[in-house]
Amino acid sequence: MAETILQLTGVKTHFPITSGFLLRRHVGTVKAVDGVTLAVGQGEVLGLVGESGCGKSTLARTIMQLVPTTAGTVVLHGRNLANCSAADLLGARRDMQMVFQDPYASLNPRMTVFATLAEPLLVHGVCPPGEVNARVAELMRTVGLAPRFMQKYPHEFSGGQRQRIAIARALALQPKVIIADEPVSALDVSIQAQILNLLAQLCRRMNLSLIFIAHDLSVVKHISDRVAVMYLGKIVELGPARAVIEHPRHPYTRALVSAIPTPNPDVERSRQRIVLPGDPPSPINPPAGCAFHPRCPHAREICKAAIPPLALFEPGRDVACVRAEEIAEL
Amino acid sequence: MLSSSPTVPAAAVLEPIEKGNSLWHDAWLRLRKNRLAVFGMWALAIITVACLFGPLVMHYGYEDQNLDLGASPPSAAHWLGTDTLGRDLLVRLFYGGRVSLAVGLSATLVALSIGVVYGAIAGFFGGKLDAVMMRTVDIMYSLPFPIFVILLMVFFGRNIILLFVAIGAVEWLTMARIVRGQVQSIKKMEFIEAARSLGLGRRRIIFRHILPNVLGPIIVYTTLTIPGVMLLEAFLSFLGLGVQPPMSSWGVLIKDGAEKMEEFPWLLIFPGTIFSLTLFSLNFLGDGLRDALDVRSSKD
Repeated sequence: MAETILQLTGVKTHFPITSGFLLRRHVGTVKAVDGVTLAVGQGEVLGLVGESGCGKSTLARTIMQLVPTTAGTVVLHGRNLANCSAADLLGARRDMQMVFQDPYASLNPRMTVFATLAEPLLVHGVCPPGEVNARVAELMRTVGLAPRFMQKYPHEFSGGQRQRIAIARALALQPKVIIADEPVSALDVSIQAQILNLLAQLCRRMNLSLIFIAHDLSVVKHISDRVAVMYLGKIVELGPARAVIEHPRHPYTRALVSAIPTPNPDVERSRQRIVLPGDPPSPINPPAGCAFHPRCPHAREICKAAIPPLALFEPGRDVACVRAEEIAEL
Repeated sequence: MLSSSPTVPAAAVLEPIEKGNSLWHDAWLRLRKNRLAVFGMWALAIITVACLFGPLVMHYGYEDQNLDLGASPPSAAHWLGTDTLGRDLLVRLFYGGRVSLAVGLSATLVALSIGVVYGAIAGFFGGKLDAVMMRTVDIMYSLPFPIFVILLMVFFGRNIILLFVAIGAVEWLTMARIVRGQVQSIKKMEFIEAARSLGLGRRRIIFRHILPNVLGPIIVYTTLTIPGVMLLEAFLSFLGLGVQPPMSSWGVLIKDGAEKMEEFPWLLIFPGTIFSLTLFSLNFLGDGLRDALDVRSSKD
């Protein structure tokens, strides 16, 4: 793997639940992200998958420092961002940007494309004011939009075009890492591939690192070098995209992979779906031991005893399951 | 730093740049199709111009009495008749309109500036600050307005400036609540997170990203506040707490007219009609603006 650019160590993001007026009582904690350790290399595309509510988006917002980090470190380019000073953070923001899920909500409806793209350039003083116009035009071309649309407003574009504007905005500061939080799930299927290809192509061309969040493994497989699977605030499996999807080791990943439909009807007919019973447990009060054990078809008494750490399974491959090797032989 | 959208020098882009239609432009197109709102705009424009420039071309002053004439019905010399002191009603309507419109506008402006800033701060920062600020508003809401004004008048004497302040000080409460609610909902939107990701300052986020998006409801509420404020002024003048003679306001004229409506009905009919027309126009315009600016009805 190339040089590590972003290193998360034991990152926890907990939200207190309080009740009462003024004198707030602490009544519980949502452990949205609960101890994530992860490294992203320069130019690497890391896919982050998991079901709704597993903490993917919170992890993205924690990395971006949009929500305060409860514990752990987020080291970008040798600088720890977790609860660092505002000035340091401002500098770090040039290296790290985010593309949001809903292109209908992530662009200010009152600002033209030009104003949206020029704002970061001006605020960070990326280029002299005289060159802003040329730079905006260049950004628009980079994402496949004609610069003649720069005085138009977001509502005059389609969803895919808006997402291109959002990508251009993320690129404006020439970051090294981009976090894309389900960037295609709000788009038509026909447009999804275009945006995915655009992202993949930009990463290759600019040697960008990309954390690509999705709840759909087939989308992730298409674009990622490595895949991390999240369940209830923790990473349960991490490894090369092909290996994880073709030979999933964690029971949860197995269930996810089994849910990918195949376009070949013969294969599709014989596909064995692993249907997980029940709902994901509450992150306020997670089950003892392995958080997945109440739904796991392979659970034993040992699973309730302790939280399994994300351990090396084979080179480049981490799995958080005490029975991973036994299950692999089944 | 808070520069508005920078203009584009044409040189750098070869293709002609297509002009976009802002949401404001779309809203204007929708508003223009609303007949009642357009009627309201014209009526308000005519009434305002008349009140501003009418007295300049009239032969009478608002306090010029003609006791020999007394109350006279509309005639060639006095188009809307005269009151019991022989004062020309049309001139007094113009002057009264100036006062009523000025009270309406300035008290609304007071309400607007306090309410928007207060509500935006409470909504943006949230938490305990918000709780304290909004409970303060709740407490002030519960004070009975007439007693508040009467107390002010007793302590500081009758003063038209004070009237603005008193009305503005009451009207901003609702504005603060509206703005706070709007800011709270806008602040959770992804484009605000995007702005924070870009490292924009709080001031810039509030003034460039949040407030332009809550301007719609603010404008609508403002146009609906003006008639409310004018009614309050009329109400206070009716109680004898507002504008003092010989100065007039529409409230004063209506009060005088109401006292003599059996003998001299025109003294009530004309001020009443003009006042109602103004209030209707403002409400029509406000409703029209609400429909035109409503995000749900705009194309997405």
